[in-house]
Amino acid sequence: MDWVNAIVQGILVGGLYALFATGLSLIFGVMRLVNIAHGDLIVFAAYLAMTLVQATGMHPFVAALFVVPVMAMLGYALQRMILNPTLGKDILPPLLVTFGLSVIIQNALLIWFTADSRRLPAGGLETASFEVLPGLSLGLLPVLMFVVAVLVIFGLEVMFFRTRFGRAFRATSDDPEVARLMGLNNKHVYGLAMALSAAIVAVAGIFLAMRTSFDPASGPTRLIFGFEAVIIGGLGNLWGTLAGGVVLGVAQAIGAQISPGFQTLAGHLVFFLVLALRPNGLFPRMDG
Amino acid sequence: MSEHRIERATTRDRVVLVVILLAIAGLALAPWWAGRAQIRLLGEIYSFIALASLWNLLAGYTGLVSVGQQAFVGLGGYMLFTFAMFAGVPPLLAILLCGVVAGLVALPLGPLLFRLQGAYFAIGTWVASEVFRLTFAQVTVLGGGSGTSLPAAVVTGIAQSRDEREMVIYWVGLALAVGTLAMIVVLMRSRFGLALTAIRDSEVASESLGIDIARTKLLVYVTVAAVTGMVGAFIFLQKLRISPDAAFSQNDWTAYVIFIAVIGGLGTIEGPIIGTIVFFLLRETLADLGTVYLMILGLFAIIVMLRAPKGLWGTFSEKTGITLIPVRRRVILTDPPPPESERNG
Repeated sequence: MDWVNAIVQGILVGGLYALFATGLSLIFGVMRLVNIAHGDLIVFAAYLAMTLVQATGMHPFVAALFVVPVMAMLGYALQRMILNPTLGKDILPPLLVTFGLSVIIQNALLIWFTADSRRLPAGGLETASFEVLPGLSLGLLPVLMFVVAVLVIFGLEVMFFRTRFGRAFRATSDDPEVARLMGLNNKHVYGLAMALSAAIVAVAGIFLAMRTSFDPASGPTRLIFGFEAVIIGGLGNLWGTLAGGVVLGVAQAIGAQISPGFQTLAGHLVFFLVLALRPNGLFPRMDG
Repeated sequence: MSEHRIERATTRDRVVLVVILLAIAGLALAPWWAGRAQIRLLGEIYSFIALASLWNLLAGYTGLVSVGQQAFVGLGGYMLFTFAMFAGVPPLLAILLCGVVAGLVALPLGPLLFRLQGAYFAIGTWVASEVFRLTFAQVTVLGGGSGTSLPAAVVTGIAQSRDEREMVIYWVGLALAVGTLAMIVVLMRSRFGLALTAIRDSEVASESLGIDIARTKLLVYVTVAAVTGMVGAFIFLQKLRISPDAAFSQNDWTAYVIFIAVIGGLGTIEGPIIGTIVFFLLRETLADLGTVYLMILGLFAIIVMLRAPKGLWGTFSEKTGITLIPVRRRVILTDPPPPESERNG
């Protein structure tokens, strides 16, 4: 039963990894930008939520009503002021600038909040669970995380293929020059994409903060988990990314059952295995 | 067609070469004119010059942006300890073997990481270094997560007295830095270097000229990994102690190194040297600031990237036309250009 339990927990954690991944995947899809500071933004959002909860005593979900729009605005400003000037044929400038941002965010958090690890109290939600089978119980928070991940991905799919926003994103992704000729302001579109990514980052950060303890150096690992989910699932396929997150979560859960020191390593090894055997991921996008 | 010749070195360049050789000779004599602390500092400077130049070869000349070079620094360090402690290999010989091991590990790892599209390659290199870190943390004979020290017997095996030992280690560092720079200069002046520049400028065009892009990239990746492994072995020979977190530290072996290369100037030989000097000057003056120092460095690098992407040396060189180490080819027309009408005809 231990193993079944571990695998079920792994599946549910996959939802959180998918949340880490979708923001990353979204901006890569729209503007081919790989944001190395992505994980640090997740941790930044976690601290933002924690500060708000500590100051007002509100529930983290209420705090989300503030944190999500604030992160979205920050994302838009970041894109317009710092990242847009780096975009071009050369992949080096955006990588280096986001790498620099990552180092700056980590150290700024270290100065403000010290290296102590923190956790966001969620009013009993983090320990609540219900039994689905004798001996197998699910935590309410992990289930909620997974459901939110599914809803976020569903929402993104609808937005991409049913709304004007989505059409602008797809057009700019396919051919930025032609999109510009058709009257789109690419810089604004990129800003909106980053705002959306940062909003998902905020959601991911709040769930991360409720589920585990975090510290200023937690960001890079979140970036790596999100990245692994994207590559395992297959680039450009959001449902594939969810599946990738689940594969990663299960691999880590199985690794942890073998030996605690093997948890993260098992996830990395599965990532390299997929890269070696199915370089386009398990669920590559069918269309062009 | 007009007469022309292709020029690389001028008389001035030959003078500069003599000055460089004299400077190296002066540095080689440092144990006689510098104190113990300065010798250690110089050793550290050499390792950063080597690491930044290697990263520059990878990213600035070849377009392979890695944020996981700590994988090979740490691997080199750990292999040094392994060879010295369990195989009884003399440390100086072990440094060479560490390079071989790092190169052999990079040989299958490179093609695997090249499968990642564009910038995702960068994060892939990071995952690889995490795999190394977590793996070495599991090896109990090497001290597991808390690390280990080089046994006294191995240390005294280099040289009996502390002064002699530090002198030998110092020369190893100098040889590594000079050797790395010489290797890059020779590489960039060869046909191979021309191929690299072509790939960086346009992959499609260079492929149509018959350059095997995958093989060229792999060769650079493996060479850089091997030398980085040797530098890593040197760094931990100087420290005499290793742990997974120190060996595979991204801040120390990648963040600093990238900032140095960017601030100094990517795609130039001189850039990483200038960057290292700036880095150490800043460090010696801002050391008290601790964490803030790393933020200032990151901010500085971002500003350089946005405002002067060629870095300090690149910008200076562009404004003045001065290069110290010539790797570019200049076409000198030796007869007057034809009249306007002929050229447009």
